[in-house]
Amino acid sequence: MTKTPIKTNSNTTQLPDNLGRFGPYGGKYVPETLMPALAELETAYAKYRADADFQQELQGLLKDYVGRPSPLYFAERLTQHYARPDGTGAQIYLKREDLNHTGAHKINNALAQTLLAIRMGKKRIIAETGAGQHGVATATVCARFGLECIIYMGVQDMERQKLNVFRMELLNATVQPVTAGTGTLKDATSEAIRDWVTNVETTHYILGSVAGPHPYPMIVRDFHAVIGQETRRQCQEKFGASPDILMACVGGGSNAIGLFHEFIPESSVRLIGVEAAGESIVSGKHAATLTEGRPGVLHGAMSYLLQDTEGQVVEAHSISAGLDYPGVGPEHSYLKDTGRAEYYSVTDQEAVEVLCKLSELEGIIPALETAHAFAYLDKLCPQLEGSPRIVVNCSGRGDKDVQTIAKYLGDKI
Amino acid sequence: MFTMTSVGDRLNQLKSHNQCALIPFITAGDPDLETTGKALQVLAENGADVIELGVPYSDPLADGPTIQAAATRALEKGVKLEDVLNIVRETSSKIDVPIILFTYYNPIYYRGLEAFLQQIKSAGVKGLIVPDLPLEEAEILLETAQKMGIEVTLLVAPTSSQERIEAIAAKSQGFIYLVSVTGVTGMRTQMGTRVKDLLLDLRKVTDKPIGVGFGISSPEQAKQVKDWGADAAIVGSALVKRLSQGSPEEGLQAIGEFCKSLKEAIA
Repeated sequence: MTKTPIKTNSNTTQLPDNLGRFGPYGGKYVPETLMPALAELETAYAKYRADADFQQELQGLLKDYVGRPSPLYFAERLTQHYARPDGTGAQIYLKREDLNHTGAHKINNALAQTLLAIRMGKKRIIAETGAGQHGVATATVCARFGLECIIYMGVQDMERQKLNVFRMELLNATVQPVTAGTGTLKDATSEAIRDWVTNVETTHYILGSVAGPHPYPMIVRDFHAVIGQETRRQCQEKFGASPDILMACVGGGSNAIGLFHEFIPESSVRLIGVEAAGESIVSGKHAATLTEGRPGVLHGAMSYLLQDTEGQVVEAHSISAGLDYPGVGPEHSYLKDTGRAEYYSVTDQEAVEVLCKLSELEGIIPALETAHAFAYLDKLCPQLEGSPRIVVNCSGRGDKDVQTIAKYLGDKI
Repeated sequence: MFTMTSVGDRLNQLKSHNQCALIPFITAGDPDLETTGKALQVLAENGADVIELGVPYSDPLADGPTIQAAATRALEKGVKLEDVLNIVRETSSKIDVPIILFTYYNPIYYRGLEAFLQQIKSAGVKGLIVPDLPLEEAEILLETAQKMGIEVTLLVAPTSSQERIEAIAAKSQGFIYLVSVTGVTGMRTQMGTRVKDLLLDLRKVTDKPIGVGFGISSPEQAKQVKDWGADAAIVGSALVKRLSQGSPEEGLQAIGEFCKSLKEAIA
């Protein structure tokens, strides 16, 4: 099979356009107060992304502090699990973002945005968090650089991710409980944006996903693109070719875009995003935005959105706090409409089952978010011919979720 | 019959007589739709020159706790846009005060711009304020609304550059909404003195009326912005809070008295 020679595609991708649009999606739907701050961020990013000092500091910290590159691990027993009697079947590799410092991919972006914020002269950092991984990553980097850090978190998420709340507090961050709405990621994001509107002149908002107004979907994507770039190199080293299929879970969609971005121009690589179907799609209690939503505006961007017939945003449901979000990054909406990426959904139960399976077979307890990507293997593998190579983004580790899982399984710990 | 007066005409009329207008805001459907209808009349009888009516939305990013809570209560009661427009339809025939709808963008986008504008126009709405639609995203709405005779008012913030202030002032219809603070809606004990400078900056580039809002919660503050040169004082959270306290009758009485005191302060 002929494969594309190694090259980095990141700089040849022209989206978003200069209005922050991926096709019809993206844009800047924010109060006027924030417009100058978004322009300032855009200018700073354009200046520093190519700046040698910035890149040197970032690359140094990604290596020595975060622990990059994260390994590409061949999951032998999981591969055996899906093998056919004749020995063929998907060859499954895990991109081990769970081995990063703080336990998830989130720190790639939190670190890079913090370095940007310091150069912009902002001394106060705010962030939203759902599962707590972005909050922990942000609190960690703020501790490292001695910056004031306030993390907005919904009260329901604080309950189901207690461990991460404690971690953030240990890291000297202030965790600000958000009681509005269902007390989940959507509400935390709204409250973080309100803080930013109020303190915009002193504060940088480290948005944690490829969502929000332009330039966030672009910046966050670019700071996570290292995942796909390493994957390309590691696949070449391991088997001398590009992977055939990439899989990742999608809430806002940052780990998925981080893995996909490098391969978007390479049309032979299948891109699969897996959303949270919660209790089930038919129950209405889910977070499958791309599967079930329709275009709308939330948190500053036009994208697919879970909404009712009045255009009110509806509450999402997922056992995974990080996927429990009624919106999705605008680039995913574009990739869906253009057919470049495929999106499916799996239920809470399917995610928990595969989490147990991966733990038993590979000695890796994935985060509940991450488990959604793995859960789709059950449906995907029987459809595949031959022995295609699949890279699953193992975006985070599951330590934070053990209480939730135990509760779900009816155990007491 | 509906009032024939546009928002811009009403404010310009007052401006030409050196009078500062009062624009009260309430959230539709809080505490209930019937009270909203009565409240519009009470405000009109007590000095309102234009009224801003907030359409409850699930994710009101530009609003502080008072208006957020009011919107949540209204949504919990099942208030829909059509209900709000029915109230406008019934009430606008009884009062000679133009009504502006304050709504976030998603419900507009969901219906489609033209369908939405048609719907609100037929109910008698005169103007529109969309707090999460900055100039860059507002072009199509501005054009479509202008054709249909609905005035879309844009917001200027303390963080806006002179260049943006000029561009917004040129495009804004009816009046220019000057946000007095970097922040969300809500009551504040002091008006930022920056407003004074912003009013001067704006005045240099436009003859359109300028309304100041976000944070005005007392007659003294309303007078303050009038003295600084505002053509209208916009008061929201302080009214929403009063209307939601006690029984609907008590709330209506409270906003009537408060509205009157605001008007007297800037008359």
